[in-house]
Amino acid sequence: MKKVLERVVKWLLTASGFVTSLVILLIIAFLFAEGAGLFRERVIEEGYVLALHPDNPVREMTAAEIKAVFDEDITSWTALGGPDVPIETFRLEDADKYFTEEQLGAQYENAGALISELIGSRPGMIGFIPESMAVDGAELNFIEDNSISPAEVFAGTEWFPTATPAPLFGMLPLLAGTLWVSFFAILFALPFGISIAVYMAEVASPRVRGFLKPVIELLNGIPSVVYGFFGLIVIVPILQQVFGLPVGESGLAGSIVLAIMALPTIVSVAEDAMRNCPTTLREASLALGATQWQTIYRVVIPSSMSGIASGVVLGIGRAVGETMAVLMVTGNAAVIPTSILEPLRTIPATIAAELGEAPAGGAHYQSLFLLGVILFFITFIINLTVEYISARNRAKNR
Amino acid sequence: MGKIEAKEVHFHYGTFHALKGISMDITEHKVVAFIGPSGCGKSTFLRLFNRMNDLIPGTQLDGSIRIDGRDIYAPGTDVDDLRKNVGMVFQRPNPFPKSIFDNIAYGLRVNGIKDKEFIRQRVEESLRGAALWDEVKNKLNASAYALSGGQQQRLCIARAMAVSPSVLLMDEPASALDPISTAKVEELICELRKEVTIVIVTHNMQQASRVSDMTAFFYMGELVEYDETKTIFTNPHEEATQNYITGRFG
Repeated sequence: MKKVLERVVKWLLTASGFVTSLVILLIIAFLFAEGAGLFRERVIEEGYVLALHPDNPVREMTAAEIKAVFDEDITSWTALGGPDVPIETFRLEDADKYFTEEQLGAQYENAGALISELIGSRPGMIGFIPESMAVDGAELNFIEDNSISPAEVFAGTEWFPTATPAPLFGMLPLLAGTLWVSFFAILFALPFGISIAVYMAEVASPRVRGFLKPVIELLNGIPSVVYGFFGLIVIVPILQQVFGLPVGESGLAGSIVLAIMALPTIVSVAEDAMRNCPTTLREASLALGATQWQTIYRVVIPSSMSGIASGVVLGIGRAVGETMAVLMVTGNAAVIPTSILEPLRTIPATIAAELGEAPAGGAHYQSLFLLGVILFFITFIINLTVEYISARNRAKNR
Repeated sequence: MGKIEAKEVHFHYGTFHALKGISMDITEHKVVAFIGPSGCGKSTFLRLFNRMNDLIPGTQLDGSIRIDGRDIYAPGTDVDDLRKNVGMVFQRPNPFPKSIFDNIAYGLRVNGIKDKEFIRQRVEESLRGAALWDEVKNKLNASAYALSGGQQQRLCIARAMAVSPSVLLMDEPASALDPISTAKVEELICELRKEVTIVIVTHNMQQASRVSDMTAFFYMGELVEYDETKTIFTNPHEEATQNYITGRFG
């Protein structure tokens, strides 16, 4: 009977471990599958074509060029290797500029023929029209609709996922925003975190420590939206005043909020590491005539370096993955930041803000999954670093 | 005048009366062994000499302890200076997680010595003094953890001797070592007595008789008997001492 029970327990434990791992793997696989789907999507919106005059030799345009053309940043075909003709753009909603409602017909039944004819007669025109309208015998050229290339995504510097006719998925600004904000957050959190940890582990009396430790750990339990709120109401206006900014929402505000959020992790992990430094080592140092400070920075800190490093890296992990607070205070401008005082946008904030509006299964939707994959890799590398540091130290102290 | 003079020392851990009025004179360049059953206060007494008990909260000391005629518990005493002068070796080897060289050099460096050549020379002298030089001279930059337990303990002795203390306290220095390593440490103690006054706490009666000139027997926080080692082990005045060394209790 006892044997059977033990077996059941053992089986249950095995099964739960197995199921959990499987679920995690499935989530990752799902993330990857959805994210990779982006590269099968076409540059031009589905069901539409870009039609040109038959004599126009231009066949290929990148997404960025298409956007520039329709934003009228590029105004001549020479820039695209075509004839010296000014570009005229045509969107479906421009139809009533050229035709009357009677000509187009009540159900737009004549629109296809009319528009095709219009584009066929104007050498500089580029038309963004539904595929179904671009038939009817008229001789037109079409821009080749390539699939989205990884280079455009990973090295692209523009993030306009809802632009028509061709959305831009350059992820560099988001990646830069994430790393930039996290870097400064750690820069702020590190000195404070280490000093608080040293103070709590080495200097504070047991009573002070007994009060401080729960307070600092309480910081971990505050919902991030509350931090964001605090940042928005307190930090943002202060920064706006101090630096005379047009808007206070900036990378700096995000970094400060993140630094406050990463602090408890850094402090409690580093403090634990320092308290785990053996008493015998402390005694050995003091017995040699070292002062308390010499003991702290020559023995305690070096011997707990791996714990401190883990704390820091975990803090970075928190900062990189944090969504809500950052979304609220960074201003969310998807541009590569040149200064910490500018608004910027991070990967998690982008996903949170845009997933609701992105049509499921579309390119925009998949690009957000791809951002998730990138984020996954960043935190994965961070976790590997923690593992590596602690494994190395375990080996060293044996 | 004794090197160390303790007068009417009472010591409390909270409400526990650990030492009950102990007076003792220790002469320079002697080896003094403290023996007694566990919990008798011998380690506590030893750790008073370099104020190591200061680290424990809630303790109280009455009476006076003088080293070289100076009250080491007088207000304004520089504890770091005291500890530099009164070295200590602990029960378990406790090298720092640093290289062998850096372990020995640590005490010199924290005491403000920057002269690299002097440090190098002192490291060699200390390691030679601890009979460890030949074993480690080719791997001074290796981690101290790479040494065996016995070597680590001798390293700790060398580390304590590197700052040239005049007193060396040893708290059961061989209790975690095998017999061969123990023999080496004992030999070392006999060598070091030329340079320093040694106070050693031990549970090992043979060790006390082998290495010490004077022996003090502690029992229940009191100093029962303090005399020449020979007298203690052959003709003790107190019955409790007799019973303890013959193994009837403890």
